[in-house]
Amino acid sequence: MENLDQKFNETIKMGLEIVKETEEDRLMTLSVGPQHPGSGHFRFTIKVDGDYVVYCDPDPGYVHRGEEKMCEYRNFIQNIPHLERPVIHDSTNITYSYSLAVEELANIQVPIRGQYIRALASELNRQVYTLYWLGIYGIFLGHSTMFMWPVGDRELFIDLLEALTGARVTHAFNIPGGVRNDMPEGFKDRCLSQVAYFEKRLDEYEDIFYNNPLFRQRTEGVGILTKEDAIKLGVTGSVLRASGIPFDVRKAEPYDIYNEVDFKVQYMKTCDSFARSMVPFLDMRESCQIIRQLLDKMPQSGEVRAKLQPNPKGPVGESYKRVESGRGALGYYIVSDGTPKPYRVKLSVGSFRNILALPHLLIGSKLADMPSIYWSLNYWPVEADR
Amino acid sequence: MSSNQSNTQNGSEQKGKGSESAQTSLLKKTETITPEFESSIVNQLVTRFTDKIVQVVYVRPGRTKILVPPNQIVQVARFLKDNLEFDHAESVSGTDYPKDNQIEVIYHLSSYSDEKLSSHVLALSTRVDRNDARLPTLIDVFKSTEYHERETFEMLGVYFEGHPRNERFLLPEDWADIPPLRKEFRIKGR
Repeated sequence: MENLDQKFNETIKMGLEIVKETEEDRLMTLSVGPQHPGSGHFRFTIKVDGDYVVYCDPDPGYVHRGEEKMCEYRNFIQNIPHLERPVIHDSTNITYSYSLAVEELANIQVPIRGQYIRALASELNRQVYTLYWLGIYGIFLGHSTMFMWPVGDRELFIDLLEALTGARVTHAFNIPGGVRNDMPEGFKDRCLSQVAYFEKRLDEYEDIFYNNPLFRQRTEGVGILTKEDAIKLGVTGSVLRASGIPFDVRKAEPYDIYNEVDFKVQYMKTCDSFARSMVPFLDMRESCQIIRQLLDKMPQSGEVRAKLQPNPKGPVGESYKRVESGRGALGYYIVSDGTPKPYRVKLSVGSFRNILALPHLLIGSKLADMPSIYWSLNYWPVEADR
Repeated sequence: MSSNQSNTQNGSEQKGKGSESAQTSLLKKTETITPEFESSIVNQLVTRFTDKIVQVVYVRPGRTKILVPPNQIVQVARFLKDNLEFDHAESVSGTDYPKDNQIEVIYHLSSYSDEKLSSHVLALSTRVDRNDARLPTLIDVFKSTEYHERETFEMLGVYFEGHPRNERFLLPEDWADIPPLRKEFRIKGR
């Protein structure tokens, strides 16, 4: 004891300062991303106290491309291909609401067959996106079969879209006034047989992934986002529907011919990561029904796009239109000053709205739950950055 | 006071022509969403705040836009939330108008808790001076505006008073140019 006191006095004599361990010193700061394979092109800083996350600060912007500024330099039609880039796996939906907004501005009427075809393309593309997301979700929870299967089945939908639009991933298929080209011959039968096959596969997905006890242990009861919090944070899409709010733009504000389609909004009330991973899966099943109905009710012939002026322009005004994309409501706010170029384009995307839930869910949860929470938010970094 | 309640026809209403089934569903649609419903919302706002404060820009099926002065925006937003059930913001955007020397900031508000309002988006807009762009934050009323306001701050240079973090979000931390969505910012080579 004397020795210790002596040492202490000597230290003070040497002018060294003895610092007591503070609360802050116990925390460890971790930077997740942007190169981390588990986050995509997205970085967030977290502080952990032992196993538990006590602080989280999202830092997006690593793939910011200035889409909104670029729109101001190109005319309404030239904007379509680059607007797909924020989310190439869901490229039909991101140009869908853009087309709707421009149509409202310039008062363009879309032929009924064109409306059906673009709704069909939108449903097929939502399947492609959800399968890709499901694959990534699977692999980051260590379930490599769940990466291989959806990515393999996604290829079949990509083939369908290639037959329909001519391109595999970035289609530039929607234009204000309709779609670029009509359906190829024999597409309906091909589509129906693919959907029938896919529905069988969905049952297998459920058996191997959603009924897997390990997967359920890692997701059930993890990252609870209550109904009140979901409303307060303004989340959208599957995150919102997993918190017990049956909101789907296709139902709430039917665009094009969606009021002719009979479908149910899929939602769950358990509010956890499991619900957030299950809702897109249920949506895929519902989407198969929608595809069948669209193919069935579609007029057999007719125009697929309205005739446009060479350089369409609208009167001075603005419009705000939204569609249901793979990640929730996707809205475009377009201001026109009467010239062929938009004066201002604003994308309101689901991913950007859902990041707000990330600190809310991560703080207080275990570090090991981070992948299952992060990927359940259905977050696409490139779309959030725009 | 620009209270022009234009009944601009919804684009999809006109698209329905040519198909009988589309027209019947169009009738169903107009039954549930009537412009009267939208006008009742703005009428409530105007009676509460007088037409000097709340200027109605347009009323269309499913879409309304109002313009309020910056010093009244918090009160109007609180009224929208407490009395009219608008509970979240879908987006916050800004538009630069160098000719008027103003920046318009628009909050697109919608509702999850009221089913009738779910098809409705109300644009709450305000205009601030371009050279001294300051606005009170709406984060205390609508928590969902937090990151949207940060984005508007860096993209248009509108400072939100009371916002905990008026900091860079999407742009690089060392960004040293003017806010990029202002009109005098030009993309190189164009």
